[in-house]
Amino acid sequence: MSHHKLEVKDLHYAYPDGHKAVNGMTFRIRHGESVGIVGANGAGKSTLLMLLMGVLFPSQGEVCVGDIHVTKKTLPLIRQRMGMVFQNPDDQLFMTTVYDDVAFGPRNYKLEEKEVENRVIQALELVGILHLKERAPFKLSGGEKRAAAIAAVLSMLPDILIMDEPSAALDPKSRRRLMSLLKTFEHTKIITSHDMDLVFELCERTIVIKDGAIIADGPTSEILMNTELMNECGLELPLALQNCPVCGIKKSRG
Amino acid sequence: MSNIMNSLYNMRLLDDLARKETSIHRIHPLMKLLTTVTYLIVVVSFGKYEIGRLLPFLFYPVLIFAFAELPLAPILKRVLLVEPLIIGIGILNPIFDHQVIVFGGITLSRGWVTFFSIFLKCGLTVTAALLLIATTGMDKLAAALRALKTPRLLVLQLLLTYRYISVLSEEVATILRAYSLRAPGQKGIHRSVWGSLAGQLILRTFDRAQRVYSAMCLRGFNGEYHTGTGGRLRVWDFLYLTGWILFFAAARIYDLPALIGSLIIRVVK
Repeated sequence: MSHHKLEVKDLHYAYPDGHKAVNGMTFRIRHGESVGIVGANGAGKSTLLMLLMGVLFPSQGEVCVGDIHVTKKTLPLIRQRMGMVFQNPDDQLFMTTVYDDVAFGPRNYKLEEKEVENRVIQALELVGILHLKERAPFKLSGGEKRAAAIAAVLSMLPDILIMDEPSAALDPKSRRRLMSLLKTFEHTKIITSHDMDLVFELCERTIVIKDGAIIADGPTSEILMNTELMNECGLELPLALQNCPVCGIKKSRG
Repeated sequence: MSNIMNSLYNMRLLDDLARKETSIHRIHPLMKLLTTVTYLIVVVSFGKYEIGRLLPFLFYPVLIFAFAELPLAPILKRVLLVEPLIIGIGILNPIFDHQVIVFGGITLSRGWVTFFSIFLKCGLTVTAALLLIATTGMDKLAAALRALKTPRLLVLQLLLTYRYISVLSEEVATILRAYSLRAPGQKGIHRSVWGSLAGQLILRTFDRAQRVYSAMCLRGFNGEYHTGTGGRLRVWDFLYLTGWILFFAAARIYDLPALIGSLIIRVVK
């Protein structure tokens, strides 16, 4: 399964205004791993995702998906293997119906219309919104939009699923539904989020980023329980691990 | 404020209508496109004084409205949006063309006749175009244009412009909402902030368009906008096109209102 691994070697990126957003990151993600990328605002999470997907190209270093380097030439192949769900589903959904939106990717890869239909139905069933297939995306609720955006990526059968703030702007029930859904996926998952509880529940490994560099990389159960590290990086312990806000009783950690 | 939000919501009406399942909606997009193009060519081919001969062409939109179960008011409202432009173009005709003609015993200025002719032609053609979108949808229409070998860039331009309208309007609505919440009791926007609001709008829409474009690229978009096959052509689709072309040809060659009129007079006598 070496073709599913993702490798980032000494990655650097500076914006045209000179701001260094990514400053020498190196990590390797194995097949089937679920990795959370956390960091304060402006730490470089979104830029890193853009570099992984080949929307931006590094000024130094490289990104490899399997044995393929991310370059302009290899983009079609890379983007078939890695699917990215945007922070704002409205940026991702632009066709007139949910069906057409989910079919957009497979159609671009010139699949037979029958195969496109199979994939769309499968993806919509997986995220539980098959009944919304003829609806206009702009008329859906926040949770439904998020599900449609995930389906739109799943229909391309990616090996690696990248999600930028998947629980942003979701109500508690929709967030819980999304988390249950993501737990069922066997894909390699890379999730950036400020929702520490989501990362704590879904990811076995966490990478902490600060000022464009990796500060810590290890098992989530260790990283997210490290109060000092969290404070240093402008983050907080997951709510599930914090003391009771009413009586102050300490939660058992372990 | 609510007006802008309403217009934004209404703007998607044509997309909503295109998702209906009526006999007209089920006709192949290519055949509907060809029918509409033929209709447009025939309607504009009439001379500027031939108002009477345009009357049979009302038959087409009336039938489409009825069979496609489309609401009359919202579509006619959109037609009226274009009419001021036509009034601007044609309003000088009555001033410059003073010659008179007698029409059914009534003396009319030729300028007014030509003005009315332009107004009617515009109404018919714009209605036909809107009906095409409302019964087909922009995506399928693009597929039909591609089937007719329309250049890829042109079709893409059309589709993205259509999409961009909603992106732009959403940003306008957001900016205006934020403005009105902090400027209570003001009607419209004060001219002192026109510049900064317009600048904000441009930057925001560029940004948003860039994100939408990135999302498209990440899902394999490479310049060709695939919208599905649009279904197979059936005998009924050809009959639809042939039927309408025969009717348009008959109405173009023969003066149908005059023929029907003389027939009625003969029967009455």
